[in-house]
Amino acid sequence: MKLIRNFCVIAHIDHGKSTLSDRMLEITQTIGEREMQDQALDNMDLERERGITIKSHAIQLYYPAKDGNTYTFNLIDTPGHVDFSYEVSRSIAACEGALLLVDAAQGIQAQTISNLYLAIEHDLEIIPILNKVDMESAMIDEVSDQIIDLIGCKKEEIILASGKTGQGIPDILEAIVDRIPAPTGDVNAPLQGLVFDSVYNPFRGVVAYVRIMNGVLNQGDTVRFVNTKKEYDADEIGILQMNQVPKKKLEAGNVGYIITGIKISKEIKVGDTVTTVDNPCEKAIQGFEDVKPMVFAGIYPIDNDDFEDLRDALEKLQLNDASLTFEPESSAALGFGFRCGFLGMLHLEIIQERLSREFDQDVITTVPNVSYQAMLTKRGSEEFNVNTPNDFPDPGVLAYVKEPYIQAQIITKPEFIGAIMTLCLDKRGELKKQIYLTQERVELHFDLPLAEIVFDFYDKLKSVSKGYASFDYQPLHYKETDLVLLELKLNGEPVDALSALVHRTKAESIGRKVCKKLKDLLPRQQFMIAIQAAVGAKIIARETISALRKDVTAKCYGGDITRKRKLLEKQKKGKKKMRQVGNVEVPQKAFLEVLKLGD
Amino acid sequence: MTGIYIHVPFCKQACSYCNFHFSTSLRLKDDMVEAIIREIHLRAPNWPWQAVDTIYFGGGTPSLLSGLELSRIYDALSMYFDLSNVKESTLEANPDDLTPEKLKSLADSPINRLSIGIQSFIERDLQYMNRAHTSEEAHKCIEDAYKMGFDQLTVDLIYGVPGLTSAEWEDNLNNLFQYDIPHLSCYALTVEPKTALHHQIKTGKSDPPDEALVADQFQTLQTMSEHNGYEHYEISNFAKDKQYARHNTSYWFGKPYLGLGPSAHSYDGQHRQWNVANNPKYIKSMQSRQLAIETEYLSDADRYNEMVLCRMRTMWGMNKADLEGLSEVFSKHFLQEVKPYIDNEKVIESADGYQLSRAGKLLADKITSDLFYID
Repeated sequence: MKLIRNFCVIAHIDHGKSTLSDRMLEITQTIGEREMQDQALDNMDLERERGITIKSHAIQLYYPAKDGNTYTFNLIDTPGHVDFSYEVSRSIAACEGALLLVDAAQGIQAQTISNLYLAIEHDLEIIPILNKVDMESAMIDEVSDQIIDLIGCKKEEIILASGKTGQGIPDILEAIVDRIPAPTGDVNAPLQGLVFDSVYNPFRGVVAYVRIMNGVLNQGDTVRFVNTKKEYDADEIGILQMNQVPKKKLEAGNVGYIITGIKISKEIKVGDTVTTVDNPCEKAIQGFEDVKPMVFAGIYPIDNDDFEDLRDALEKLQLNDASLTFEPESSAALGFGFRCGFLGMLHLEIIQERLSREFDQDVITTVPNVSYQAMLTKRGSEEFNVNTPNDFPDPGVLAYVKEPYIQAQIITKPEFIGAIMTLCLDKRGELKKQIYLTQERVELHFDLPLAEIVFDFYDKLKSVSKGYASFDYQPLHYKETDLVLLELKLNGEPVDALSALVHRTKAESIGRKVCKKLKDLLPRQQFMIAIQAAVGAKIIARETISALRKDVTAKCYGGDITRKRKLLEKQKKGKKKMRQVGNVEVPQKAFLEVLKLGD
Repeated sequence: MTGIYIHVPFCKQACSYCNFHFSTSLRLKDDMVEAIIREIHLRAPNWPWQAVDTIYFGGGTPSLLSGLELSRIYDALSMYFDLSNVKESTLEANPDDLTPEKLKSLADSPINRLSIGIQSFIERDLQYMNRAHTSEEAHKCIEDAYKMGFDQLTVDLIYGVPGLTSAEWEDNLNNLFQYDIPHLSCYALTVEPKTALHHQIKTGKSDPPDEALVADQFQTLQTMSEHNGYEHYEISNFAKDKQYARHNTSYWFGKPYLGLGPSAHSYDGQHRQWNVANNPKYIKSMQSRQLAIETEYLSDADRYNEMVLCRMRTMWGMNKADLEGLSEVFSKHFLQEVKPYIDNEKVIESADGYQLSRAGKLLADKITSDLFYID
């Protein structure tokens, strides 16, 4: 155990985590050069392209240190986005140390700080690394000061590195040996393992990644997952190199995988404790949470015939991503689809994109909303979740409704505080804290309704801060709110797919924007179209699209025919994809674009 | 029988709305005539039809060609084609080119029909469109053409020009009607991408055409041309005494045509081909006796769609007899899709076919698109 080091890397997107990890794999010869594809740990196409790691992974490296010993390193990769903070916390809980990787040109970002706080909370040894020091725009002194302020280290403890040139990598490897403590744990105690991640393999079923805290896991043991209370046989166990390497046993301090033949990813929960049935541990590892989706949206196939294919695709995605939930729903405008639950907006975007790339399923996504809790006035009724506008009860029988709040951390430059304050207050936020990290960097804490983040928060934050603001959040609590159903009507016909649950104070401005946006998005038709937004019986906004009077090409001679035919064919194809709402044709684009209220 | 189209890609100046292929430099004109003649030698031997029905010089501004140049092209054509039955030989001409001398040399050539780009009798509009002629030249060239014995005349007018009032449009039409011209083409000003007009509108230097006004002027055009004895036989074309433009009408009926010159399109009943739309490239490829041509094979669905597209613009519409000749997939599809338009009176079902009503003509593109067949 003395020769094991378990650690993760804490970094902001683009700060070079993947490149640095790759260099460590190279130098320890974990991967031959031939296998080396840049950013080897990100093995989903989408991840490689976006440069962010969506699902965490782990890998074992063997490092011959200067002291003559060969150390076993377990590098646990962490997901890099706000929507996945729980998964990050479990990865951190599996480690004794963390490499804090900061881009020398960009400085510390909000997400890095919140993950850093998580690591400090878990008593991890932090090794600060300044990356990309070879870049001309590197601000080595300034960013070093930021790091010193944050973790109270000495300047000489900060390692200057470059994933690109390889500078500093040997120092990092030595620091891992010297500074990160070896795992502690009792090999003779009952088995206690932390599930910090799981992946789905179509041939093997669910593969759980575990850190053994105490005891020994033997191949063939009957194991129990403490929180789900499910029992399985550990058919195969092993360690994680570039591929899974089967082993007979895994001892306390080590990191590896278990395959039990589970086919349903929901049966393995990140954060759960694994023990043996014969000799169970006394307590589960602390910190387990059953992660619940925070944001809901309808996902519909573009072509109604693709409904079953979409179900297939969602099922497959769910195998890989247990945090995705879905159940069938139907919409008058869009036909049959699914109500899907996501961890957050990025998660939603990722699912949408994966549907398109991996399953060739282009979908229509309806207005997303958060999960509300409602209570009826009727005696004996119980609180229930409202995950779709259709669930929203008639205001006459509604006792109260609560909405989820988050705690948001925003790190920015002082010059943008004013604009960000204005934005957050407009989003019904409340400033809780303002901390100057350095003269040039300030951290703001807001309590914000999650629903406000769902709309156009990210884009607006980006634009008011000229890109110099980073953002992270954690769920906080539910609070009573004044919620209304904003209905959209086309020629008097309500369009369920465009209706939304909004705060009463926002109904009018959102209603106006949506009507205006629709006016631009709907093609003119042979009759006038009235676009209305209504709350209850009251119309709060209206736009009118005048009837199409003329749609005829002037010239159609020998050279025009091909071009003209192609143009009208395109038009016809577009029309095929339109949805009929009463007598109004609505292009799919309208459902997608109408939500982008920021522009 | 085949039609022959010859594209003359030169203009003295660029009209602001025009997106046809042309150059305002006449430097390559001689080489171009040579190249077109070479193309005739290259392609004519393989063209499946020898008997020619119509010849059409379009552009650009074909009136920039001299009588001699025209004759040379005719001579080359006559080496391969039977021109004895050509009933219509049209040349597009601009008023500023049609001097009495020019008219005389044209009268001595095989050209028997002039298509004159008058566009407007209003000075302001002529300038707006960057036309090269004046209102006075517009009047005079019509009179001179008649004097020179051209009785087959057709004139182009443009309506919907920003600033053109309805009264002015009526004046323009009345000006024309006084000459008792057998054929008119009247086009709504269309803002095509990559034209000067498009740029002017995009940068706010000009208003876009007002749709309601354009629709009104189209209605006025229909009413007034009918009063003056014209048949509205295609969306933008009007004829007296059945003097329909033969060459153009053959496009709408899917007849074959051989297109010569840069950017010219050809159709053999199954393929559409188009020459490169670049003067130097075209000339160079003809000099090396290589075709610079793209070919598109038209599927049954493509041909059905083109049929709908072209026929529905004409007063003959889709004939029931023609529909019966199509495969059942298409005829069924047509009958199903046309139904709502018969119900809302945009399409008239007559004993022999389906034609656009007056209201339907305003929405011809939308209707044809809906009638299209897409797999």
